[in-house]
Amino acid sequence: MMSKLRALDNRRLGFLSGIGDRWHALPKPWRIAFGLAFVVFLFALPRINIPFFRTVETDFTTVLWTVAIYVLVAVGLNVVIGLAGLLDLGYIGFFAVGAYSVALFGSPQSVLATKYPWLVCVPIAIALTMLSGVLLGWPTLRVRGDYLAIVTLGFGELIRLIAEKGDALTNGPRGIAEIPYPPGKWPAGVNSEWTGLDMFGPVTSLGWYWLTLVLVIVCMWAARRIEHSRVGRAWLAIREDEDAAEIMGVQAFRFKLWAFAIGAALGGLSGAIFAGKQNFMSSGSFELMTSILFVAMVVIGGSGNLAGVTLGAILVWYLPFKLQDFNITIDGERINFTEYRLLLFGLALIVIMTFRPQGLLPKRYRSSQPPAAAKEEVPV
Amino acid sequence: MTMSDTLLKVDNVTLRFGGVTALDGVDFEVRRGEILGLIGPNGAGKTTCFNVMTGVFKPTAGEVTFDGERVSGRAKYAITRLGIARTFQNIRLFPEMTALENVLVGTDARHKTSVVGALFRLPRVKAEAHTLPESGWRRTFALTFGVSRHIAEERAARAKALDLLSFVGIEGHADAQAKNLSYGDQRRLEIARALATEPKLLCLDEPAAGFNPAEKARLLELIRKIRDLGLTVLLIEHDMRLVMGVTDRLVVLEFGKKIAEGSPAEVRENPKVIAAYLGVPQDAA
Ligand SMILES: Nc1ncnc2c1ncn2[C@@H]1O[C@H](COP(=O)(O)OP(=O)(O)OP(=O)(O)O)[C@@H](O)[C@H]1O
Ligand SMILES: [Mg+2]
Repeated sequence: MMSKLRALDNRRLGFLSGIGDRWHALPKPWRIAFGLAFVVFLFALPRINIPFFRTVETDFTTVLWTVAIYVLVAVGLNVVIGLAGLLDLGYIGFFAVGAYSVALFGSPQSVLATKYPWLVCVPIAIALTMLSGVLLGWPTLRVRGDYLAIVTLGFGELIRLIAEKGDALTNGPRGIAEIPYPPGKWPAGVNSEWTGLDMFGPVTSLGWYWLTLVLVIVCMWAARRIEHSRVGRAWLAIREDEDAAEIMGVQAFRFKLWAFAIGAALGGLSGAIFAGKQNFMSSGSFELMTSILFVAMVVIGGSGNLAGVTLGAILVWYLPFKLQDFNITIDGERINFTEYRLLLFGLALIVIMTFRPQGLLPKRYRSSQPPAAAKEEVPV
Repeated sequence: MTMSDTLLKVDNVTLRFGGVTALDGVDFEVRRGEILGLIGPNGAGKTTCFNVMTGVFKPTAGEVTFDGERVSGRAKYAITRLGIARTFQNIRLFPEMTALENVLVGTDARHKTSVVGALFRLPRVKAEAHTLPESGWRRTFALTFGVSRHIAEERAARAKALDLLSFVGIEGHADAQAKNLSYGDQRRLEIARALATEPKLLCLDEPAAGFNPAEKARLLELIRKIRDLGLTVLLIEHDMRLVMGVTDRLVVLEFGKKIAEGSPAEVRENPKVIAAYLGVPQDAA
């Protein structure tokens, strides 16, 4: 049974790397054309009716937006966990700092209310989250290993507690409403019901989905640029063997701090988008459980691989919505799969970590040599 | 002796781990352009000596100077940039990275590109005409606006890394993950990675451990080639034949103390060294 599953898994990986090879073999103009077509497809996705794929119970556009925002989170967390190998269990803290920055500076209800529009609040939110990342990283990144996981876990909880108990500032669980959003009205001709209404208002998630998609694409592009540079190599080397990396000239602390700051900035950006879309922010939005799901999507998908973590984000955030469509009624009682979401994730995590600890879509290396069959004995 | 003859000076270095004195007032120097052997029985403190030189441990007393600069107290990466590179007794490559990437990390020690430079492809530097395509708009563009420092560094680094891989004889495995290389190739890759940092002094910690005689002969050849490049080599090695054949001078450690120093011939005749290696108590020797 186990060996059969393993064989199946290897066949799947072989198939995937076959696709990868074929993709890389395509001439560049073709790759660009396919890439563009795919992007257009993503933008059009809310209006395309793919049977079964579309969610019924929840508005499909909102589901797509939700997935997109968490893909953005995954891109950021991938820099921290996947590339630099820093186990950050409190990433939700950065998400919250970003969200609250926009809420506090933007909402007229807040004590810090400014007249700044959303577009000004977002850069402020990113700057503040980056700062919080550096402040958290400065003392902690000098220490190695498990310690960091504990400290970041504490950071996430700390931010949540401040949000919950800091009534004067955050209004606790009652939250802050009237969070601003980007300007713009729907022009005539898109949808007669929307014409003249706010593009980012409550009437539809389409504007938000498109905006988030643009940001995801830009951030992925930026993350790739950094990954395929001296900085990305330094991160990998630190992840593999920090002492050896330092002796080879890698400024480990500096690049770890960069990873933290970049991750924080992306987390903050996601939070800022989230706050604008929800229009309302309260301490209940930043549960520890969400932080764990953040890590789960990176680890399940394939830490260190952008395609992998994207898949992870899709699985973790799309599936629960899809599962809502399959309500079974037993003895007149509706059983909702969503309630078993965490149970299912727990199981999936155990299975995946057993069979493929590198995640579903691991980072792949083309190897010119088959693995050495039997490694020679290493003398001590 | 003038300053310039001495490349590295280990000056009365003592290092204690709790109760253990791993190095006890060790004093020696490495001269420019020589191959110096550091030998001694197991646990003598040879690797610890490398660790002090490369900033892994700070000496309890004494200091190390390199090329006129104080080493002790500097960060590890800063010492690498001064020009000391090393390999490890128990191989420490970046196992998941390819052989080429391992060497690229070494070349990065001399690079400047950071996050902003990689992201925005700034600053621009003058393009070197021979690295550009023969014709076409890319060439025109690069000649007019220059290339980003990131691209210039990457191109040069790749070329250099491939050169180094063939220098140590594993060019065929550039894209193989380090963990999939054979044991001997991993040792060679470590040397290539160390050379990529552009050192003045290369420290090799038992590079021939586990090698058969043919591999040892190749390694000997490689060490000589490295010296011919103008580098200074400090070599820890247990194989006496190899050590005697390749080194100009030897320093012998035992129980953290230097017990002898001199040419291979002198050291071979030294009664303390014979005693240390044969395990005869010193007063009996
Ligand atoms: N990190 C450490 N903590 C405590 N003791 C150490 C440490 N590193 C080395 N030692 C001790 O210092 C002494 C010298 O060790 P070292 O590794 O330098 O010997 P060596 O000459 O390289 O031996 P070998 O030929 O076996 O490699 C040993 O007694 C060792 O146990
Ligand atoms: Mg040793």
